Amino acid sequence: MIARTIERDVSEIVQEAIEKHGAKRDALIPILSEVNHELGYIPAEAFQEIQRQLNAEEAHTFVSKSQLFGLASFYDMLSTEPRGRHVIKFCENAPCHVVGGKAVWDRLSDTLDLKNGETTADKKWTLVTTSCLGLCSVGPVVLIDDDLYGNLGPDQIDEILARYE
Amino acid sequence: MQTKRAMILVSNDPESIRLGANELIQHLTEALVAYELQDEVEISTLSSVGTSNILPLVVVYPESTVYGPVKAADARFLVEEHLYKGRIAEDLLAPPKQLSGNIGWLRAHKGYNPAEQRIVLERAGRIDPENIEEFIAEDGYQALGKALSEMTPEQVIETIEKSGLQGRGGAGFPTGRKWKFVRLAKGEKKYIICNADESEPGTFKDRIVLEGDPHTILEAMAIAGYALGADEGYIYIRGEYGLAYRRLQHAIEQAEELGFLGKDIFETGFNFHIHLHTGAGAYVCGEETALIESLEGKRGEPRARPPYPVTHGLWNKPTLVNNVETLANIPAIIRNGAEWYRSFGTPTSPGTKVYTIMGNVNFTGVIEVPMGITLREVINIYAKGMQPGSILRMAQTGGSSGSIIPASLQDTPMDFESFRKAGVSLGSGALLICDQNICIVDLVKVLLQFFRFESCGKCTPCRVGTQRAYEIVDRISQGRGRLEDLDMLSSLGQEMERAANCGLGQTAAVPIRDMLKHFRTEAEAHILLGSCPAGKCEMLPEVEYV
Repeated sequence: MIARTIERDVSEIVQEAIEKHGAKRDALIPILSEVNHELGYIPAEAFQEIQRQLNAEEAHTFVSKSQLFGLASFYDMLSTEPRGRHVIKFCENAPCHVVGGKAVWDRLSDTLDLKNGETTADKKWTLVTTSCLGLCSVGPVVLIDDDLYGNLGPDQIDEILARYE
Repeated sequence: MQTKRAMILVSNDPESIRLGANELIQHLTEALVAYELQDEVEISTLSSVGTSNILPLVVVYPESTVYGPVKAADARFLVEEHLYKGRIAEDLLAPPKQLSGNIGWLRAHKGYNPAEQRIVLERAGRIDPENIEEFIAEDGYQALGKALSEMTPEQVIETIEKSGLQGRGGAGFPTGRKWKFVRLAKGEKKYIICNADESEPGTFKDRIVLEGDPHTILEAMAIAGYALGADEGYIYIRGEYGLAYRRLQHAIEQAEELGFLGKDIFETGFNFHIHLHTGAGAYVCGEETALIESLEGKRGEPRARPPYPVTHGLWNKPTLVNNVETLANIPAIIRNGAEWYRSFGTPTSPGTKVYTIMGNVNFTGVIEVPMGITLREVINIYAKGMQPGSILRMAQTGGSSGSIIPASLQDTPMDFESFRKAGVSLGSGALLICDQNICIVDLVKVLLQFFRFESCGKCTPCRVGTQRAYEIVDRISQGRGRLEDLDMLSSLGQEMERAANCGLGQTAAVPIRDMLKHFRTEAEAHILLGSCPAGKCEMLPEVEYV
């Protein structure tokens, strides 16, 4: 999903997202999610572009950039910072914690030499903690991009990370 | 796991043990071996039922036959009659109406755990969720047809009210009354919202319903629309539930195609449209006014209440917001009637509850059982006991915003009324079972980390309170706390409960309160001894003064 960013124009992506979800105030979150999904994050120019297209006369939906940024910073699945090619989401909530989550986190953090929210220098990995993913019966749980790993122990981390290019 | 055909439960509370329960279990086990039934019948234990004159008590499932008092010498006779010959051992039956506990309400359901009763999860896992025909074959959309053709909107609401159904999202508000409020609210345009923003840590019951039986929710929303006079509904589903989203989307298309949704449903002139809306990752959006804000395309910051959504909801119109599990009960109630529904659970909390079980137990997953069973029963029967070497130390009921209860409260019946009396929250039905290796300070720290991360930041008591509380507990967990910190935590928690704008900030104080109420000595040990009794917290080395 990231490879397309270079080829595709931000304004084109924004236009498609608006066409898909409608130029309405209540479609702002789906539009932002779509852009985030296409680009991996929402760059400053995307905010500008969304605002420009929505404020255009025919769309007639007036939004400010601060409103858009306010949404992006509020919702956890939206990012305003570039992220690595693969995003690792680690569930840090109690159900995963009591079945050994911390040991998994420590191993992830040590192996990649990353703290929460950081991206590796080669832009391969971003490591973040997340709230409950609703998969508590198989904790500890880690989500890498769209792949889910459950019942994890620290010793499985190396093998799992090796699966990603 | 091999499926057993029957289960024998023997009460093993202290009173029963004194009256020979252990000896009885021994004899029952021997009798099963004698009749070569040991592979077919399982023996487990049961919590106290509150009456000592018929102990030890034996309950045999799936028939739910209650025997008592049963002496060790009766064991062979009971096994021979009931389990070998298959008839009730009349002489040993417990006298009727002696039980003040809850087992009288437990009912068996073929194919599931002994006392499981599936209403909400009736079809989940049994039908193909992407095939509407399988849903229809299992009584699907029958309730909608019945409501539209045989009942007035008032009768629908009355049925829901009589059923005694209470909201399953956590607060337990009577569903029928909420429906009535929206029905009576002034305004032409009204909305039905299904709250599928299931983000409570440890809770995934709604996901199971949405993924396994999406049409039930559509049917329930259409019934609500008819009863309340709404022609539009929204399902707000959390962004992380991709599979559930796709199944719902597919289900809506199928239902529209066959005329169960859309215009002129069943040629009655009733129109109902459902829109699907995904969240983008914010726990607070499970709060109904935050959810509405988010639906309107804003930051999910809870509104000040009153006015409540029932009069001023989405776009300021009267709006019904119901949880997935609540809605999943509706079609069954309309089909079978309020009386039928009231035959499950307890008189004050009718129906079933879906629990998610996790933690240091042998079985983790989802069960649906009548309201009013105890935590001990959940652990011993459904969770197949604690993991080897584990002893129950505490349990968290209802997710992060629920309560942390010590092992001593495990015999409290789990229904809204009993839990309220015990000062415990049933919450979303998440049951996190913790053994002796879990440290309360460490657990509370994890919970506060969650709350400070998820606080929306709108009101100060929550935004600052969760942060400060986390810092204090973090300090205690490192052996750097002071005794005054506990008092500070206590007053901070009280202020948050009183002053926070919404449930998030108010319930963030609950883990603090529970820690100080039930586990204060453990917190004090961290402070006074500089060590963690459970060996979980990493203590900072003592500062050396030169």
